[in-house]
Amino acid sequence: MPTSSRRTRTAAHPTDLEKVPTGISGFDEITGGGLPKGRPTLVCGGPGCGKTLFGLEFLVHGAVRGNAGLFVTFEETEDEVVKNVRSLGYDLADLVKRRRLAIEYVRVERAEIEETGEYDLEGLFIRVEHALRSVGADRIVLDTIESLFAGLSNAGVLRAELRRLFAWLKARGVTAVITGERGAETLTRQGLEEYVSDCVIVLDHRVVDQVSTRRLRIVKYRGSSHGTNEYPFLIDRRGIAVLPITSLQLIHKASSRRISTGVDWLDAMFGGQGYFRGSSVLLSGGAGTAKTSLAAHFLAAACARGEQAVCFQFEESPAQYTRNMRSIGLDLDHWVTKGLLRIHAARPTLYGLEFHLATMNRQVDEARPAVVVIDPLSSFTGGTFGEVNAMVMRLIDFLKGRHITGMFTHLIPGSAASQDIEIGVSSLMDTWILLRNVPPGEHGGRHLAILKSRGMAHSAEPRVFALTRHGAVAGKTEATRTRAARTGRS
Amino acid sequence: MKKHKSPGRRSDEWILRLYVAGQSPRSAAAARNLEAICEQHLAGRYRIEIIDLLQQPQLARGDQIVAVPTLVRHLPPPMKKIIGDLSNEERVLIGLDLRPRRRRVRMPA
Repeated sequence: MPTSSRRTRTAAHPTDLEKVPTGISGFDEITGGGLPKGRPTLVCGGPGCGKTLFGLEFLVHGAVRGNAGLFVTFEETEDEVVKNVRSLGYDLADLVKRRRLAIEYVRVERAEIEETGEYDLEGLFIRVEHALRSVGADRIVLDTIESLFAGLSNAGVLRAELRRLFAWLKARGVTAVITGERGAETLTRQGLEEYVSDCVIVLDHRVVDQVSTRRLRIVKYRGSSHGTNEYPFLIDRRGIAVLPITSLQLIHKASSRRISTGVDWLDAMFGGQGYFRGSSVLLSGGAGTAKTSLAAHFLAAACARGEQAVCFQFEESPAQYTRNMRSIGLDLDHWVTKGLLRIHAARPTLYGLEFHLATMNRQVDEARPAVVVIDPLSSFTGGTFGEVNAMVMRLIDFLKGRHITGMFTHLIPGSAASQDIEIGVSSLMDTWILLRNVPPGEHGGRHLAILKSRGMAHSAEPRVFALTRHGAVAGKTEATRTRAARTGRS
Repeated sequence: MKKHKSPGRRSDEWILRLYVAGQSPRSAAAARNLEAICEQHLAGRYRIEIIDLLQQPQLARGDQIVAVPTLVRHLPPPMKKIIGDLSNEERVLIGLDLRPRRRRVRMPA
């Protein structure tokens, strides 16, 4: 320890553990505020799990808010570090220029070093202290300090010195992130978890069925409550986003305000007022039962009221979707152009459930919509029942927490897996509408029935309707006539 | 480092930098050991600069100093680094390339 650093009083023990926000989307929510202030946190995981990015994001978000940071890199040069995160829109060079960030590249090459006699790591301490002072940093990331073990042979000295380094950082009140590569049987190769005991985070990157999934788990957080769940996260063009499971708590505020279904006769079936705002609606039905059309009505009505709407399309491209909806008189392109409607299309099998969920969260956070449509939910059969169920639950909670009305379409009869999902998911829904096509005859046509709608009076009578050039129109005679006209039969 | 050539500087001069941190017994030992080795093997053609990183912390970065004491051979090239208190003369000589590394030649069975 540099002798110049006087041994001042270490911070008095606060009754409440102070936390430092990382600025990493979702992470601060699951930790109740971020990382433990003035203490070291170990972030470990296998290669490519996102540890370095975690550290850099922590520093960059802090730097932007005025908390300078120091990034000590043991594996990459300053230039490489700067380049690696440029694609995420982080201009480290600029932060360095503005003295909000310092990058210190520490290189230890075993081949170049002969060891003779006793030594310690005071040189590293001095460099770290000098760099910390140069920008007035109160945040530091050491990435990956275990590299020292490859460069120096005296593991005993290294261990003692690392222990001293972490204690020294703690005494200085620097909030530290120490990254570590996952070991065979330990969290890190060199067992750093022994020395960093305040907060330990494990990142994981798995590929199952060719779909990659990233997860984050808080193994330990001394002095703070934390979820022990595995939180899915993603790395996209804006960096890391952790999906908080603030859910399962059922603390959403229940609104008694109502929102139109977009179809007047359907509103009438719900006592003339439509769904509850902030509720979740399931539209199930077989192929061609107008699920997508009814959902489009709902979207168009929201846009017509001047509200933001987001549609997640998992079967059609946005162009195909809007073209098809034009055939029932809904001009969705108009709302897209006006900036009120966002259509996000993706193949369900392209990514893991978590990635979809995370993408949806991001889109919703950006657009801040009043209504969201997921069309269809049944395409997510890649995961197991539990996974899909958990994803829908999270999504519903996410939407409810933001007071967004969510509409989910679901195809029946689908595969057996799809049916399980329907049963599981329907219990999460506030309103469940069943759509059915009955062959021509006395009661033929499109049928709609409300299976349930929590907390409101609703019609138990199935309703016959038709899809016309002017949208979904109620009434049996009308329905029969239109259908006949459309199919060319009498 | 000084760029200008000092008059009378020999082309085979050795330039050695010893990085230390403060006046610790280990630093002193390293300096003493280095001087003794140089006097014996490089008499008249070496220069030692001792750098106290507590006084000049900014210099640690350039030579990538992590451990102290660290001895850096700047000249002749290539650059060499030896860490520790230099108490093992044999290893210092090997590290400075003043003695060939011992190679064990194994005969094929």
